[in-house]
Amino acid sequence: MDFIVELVVSVLIVLGGIFALVGSVGMVKLPDLLTRLHAPTKATTLGVGGALVASMVFFAGLEGRLSIHEVLITAFLFLTAPISAHFIAKAHLHEYPELREDLPDTGRPLGWSTFERMPDEGEVTEETEDDRHAAHH
Amino acid sequence: MIEYALAFGFLALSLAVLLNLWRLFKGPSLMDRVLAVDTMVINAIALIILFGIQQRTTIFFEAALLFAMFGFISTVAYCRFTLRGDVIE
Repeated sequence: MDFIVELVVSVLIVLGGIFALVGSVGMVKLPDLLTRLHAPTKATTLGVGGALVASMVFFAGLEGRLSIHEVLITAFLFLTAPISAHFIAKAHLHEYPELREDLPDTGRPLGWSTFERMPDEGEVTEETEDDRHAAHH
Repeated sequence: MIEYALAFGFLALSLAVLLNLWRLFKGPSLMDRVLAVDTMVINAIALIILFGIQQRTTIFFEAALLFAMFGFISTVAYCRFTLRGDVIE
């Protein structure tokens, strides 16, 4: 039994290390910031998640004490990683205005909310999915 | 067996932190550096967790949680500062 727990912990640690390393290599190798943002926010979060699950299995299975701290850290990291990635992308788009031309169309009368003024009262009418579909044909 | 896995984990994470450091020095844009520091904090959390497994103590979890919180708050504060020129309006 102990052997199985040790095996699971070892595999999780190795997987976590590989994921964290892949995320950091991606951050060095990828060409520009908006692609570089992918690697750490996905791979590194998975890597640290692997280390945290390994720690949880280790202390519950081998030391005999269940600790919930890891769940707290995991939940916090998984909640905050998208938020910080969103903030970094937004700040980057504001820093380099020429990137705005590559943004896809919103499909609405107003453009991307972070670059536009506040719409006036009654200016934006609710558009249903059917309306937009009809407008394309 | 766990010892070997821990050695591999320490090696991989240390290498990851070094790569982050390289990106931090190279840049080229400001947000690249913020992203590098953010990733470095996450890798440091993983290192702390692995150190806790090696020492067989749960005392480092508080440190890991504090790192997670400060890393997130500093990233958001820096982005907010570049976006608005002010952290709290």
